[in-house]
Amino acid sequence: MALDRSEVEKIAHLARLHVSDAEAEEVTTRITDILALIDQMQSVNTDNVEPLAHPTDAVQRLREDKVTAEINRDELQKLAPKSQDGLYLVPKVMD
Amino acid sequence: MEWETVIGLEVHVSLSTQSKLFSGSSTKFGAEPNTQANIFDAALPGTLPVFNKDALRMAVRFGVGIGAEIGKRSVFDRKNYFYPDLPKGYQVTQLDYPTVGKGSLTVVLSDGREKEIGVTRAHIEENAGKSLHEDYHGMSGIDLNRAGEPLLEIVSEPEISNAEEAVAYLKKLHTIIRYLDISDAIMAQGSMRCDVNVSIRRVGDTELGTRTEIKNINSFRFVEKAIHSEVQRQQELIEDGGRVIQETRRYNADRDETTPMRSKEVANDYRYFPEPDLLPIVIDDAYIEAIRADLPELPDAKKQRFVEEFKLSDYDAGVLASSRELAEYFELVAKQTGDAKLAANWVSGDLQALLNKNSWEVADCPIQAERLASLISRIKDDTISGKIAKTVFETMIEDASSVDDIIEAKGLKQVTDSGEIEKLVDDVIANNPDQVQQFKEGKEQVIGFLVGQAMQLSKGKANPGQVNALLKDKMK
Repeated sequence: MALDRSEVEKIAHLARLHVSDAEAEEVTTRITDILALIDQMQSVNTDNVEPLAHPTDAVQRLREDKVTAEINRDELQKLAPKSQDGLYLVPKVMD
Repeated sequence: MEWETVIGLEVHVSLSTQSKLFSGSSTKFGAEPNTQANIFDAALPGTLPVFNKDALRMAVRFGVGIGAEIGKRSVFDRKNYFYPDLPKGYQVTQLDYPTVGKGSLTVVLSDGREKEIGVTRAHIEENAGKSLHEDYHGMSGIDLNRAGEPLLEIVSEPEISNAEEAVAYLKKLHTIIRYLDISDAIMAQGSMRCDVNVSIRRVGDTELGTRTEIKNINSFRFVEKAIHSEVQRQQELIEDGGRVIQETRRYNADRDETTPMRSKEVANDYRYFPEPDLLPIVIDDAYIEAIRADLPELPDAKKQRFVEEFKLSDYDAGVLASSRELAEYFELVAKQTGDAKLAANWVSGDLQALLNKNSWEVADCPIQAERLASLISRIKDDTISGKIAKTVFETMIEDASSVDDIIEAKGLKQVTDSGEIEKLVDDVIANNPDQVQQFKEGKEQVIGFLVGQAMQLSKGKANPGQVNALLKDKMK
């Protein structure tokens, strides 16, 4: 299965990644190679095989419902480019 | 042209855990921004989720409560999308293996008809944070206190045929969730939210029409109005030769219309995949049975018991059982007074009106069950009439004294002394010769008027039964 350039641009957009024209060419080839591997895997008969959720056989451990977090908001907000009134500030995104 | 409507509902409820779904941050409502968002909630690299036991218990409790299939092995998935109040870049949810599978609930409609509406599934997922778009120098402010709170998303089958059924389904869901005590489910505060999927088709068609989704409606009334307005829009569109496009819309209550939400330039593609940071959740029959054994009496069973045990009408029993708190209040009053009918009338009448008027929960009400029961007991032992009881009830809202003290202080005790009543009756007979004459000529209904006169004269305190008997006696 080959991938065309516009699909690569769409994927890049969904992931909010900037891909330059020069890179797009290379990325298209690389993803196409990955898809070739997936094509090969898809040729395996998986009828009656339960999808695997996790490679180990372990099951999830559960945590008691207790408030245990120690939160230092000022420390955390120092990591952010911008904050004000306790809020993290980000470029405006409207939906 | 004849149209029929097909509606499916997606309801999100916030599970009332103390801490978040995957972190130990508090979920308390109304805290200062970001004071309840730790390094995991802020999605710092290297942090990992640890699943909250009670979120699982509450989800299973819901499933068992509506008689649904329970997923003994549920799996979390990542739903990827970009939005700043979702700092991880994905929401953890359950796609193929939800904790709660198929179930149903039964609603009663205004014409008395019952309808069973299927629940497709209910899955556990995490909430996003909140974006504030007020002006922060042209930027948006992000509060992550809500990020990672546990939600249960309950998805109905597209088996709802109109706005009335949709609201009945939502109210029933709300009642059950409150009975199960797994969420406040307060729509105005966002702890219960509803997305409505609406499509129409010609009567007789078997294919579903193209649906639109109206997002985030926050009151029962707006759900009803949004459906009406969207159905009408789709009908007019199709009848004018147009075509419904599948999109997300929002309901504008001021203009009573739905409008499209700004469509994304590129259609969203959530690229789901199993969450590698969480293992499958496995539960066994013993776990499920323990939860079943711990269920409270649910609304349908309670209603049925009220009908059988207290001989209430279906309607009265339904009204009282629609709220767990109200039902418990009623039961206390009924048991203490030994008069279920009178208790039901007072609780679903005066008390309910008082709660509605003040937007009070039962717990906020200054007249608790014991006090209402004493008031009703005083009607039953003829200390006061039913009419005077309304006056006492009004006083009790402001005055915390005992019912007996209020009756005493206001001099409201019913006059049962036969001498006093005889005097009243004599006065009424003397003052109303015309009506007395009519009565004697066989027009017996004037007795009502004469009793009324006597009651007025006594300022409501005379015992109406005694007055009635004595009047008849004297006019023979």
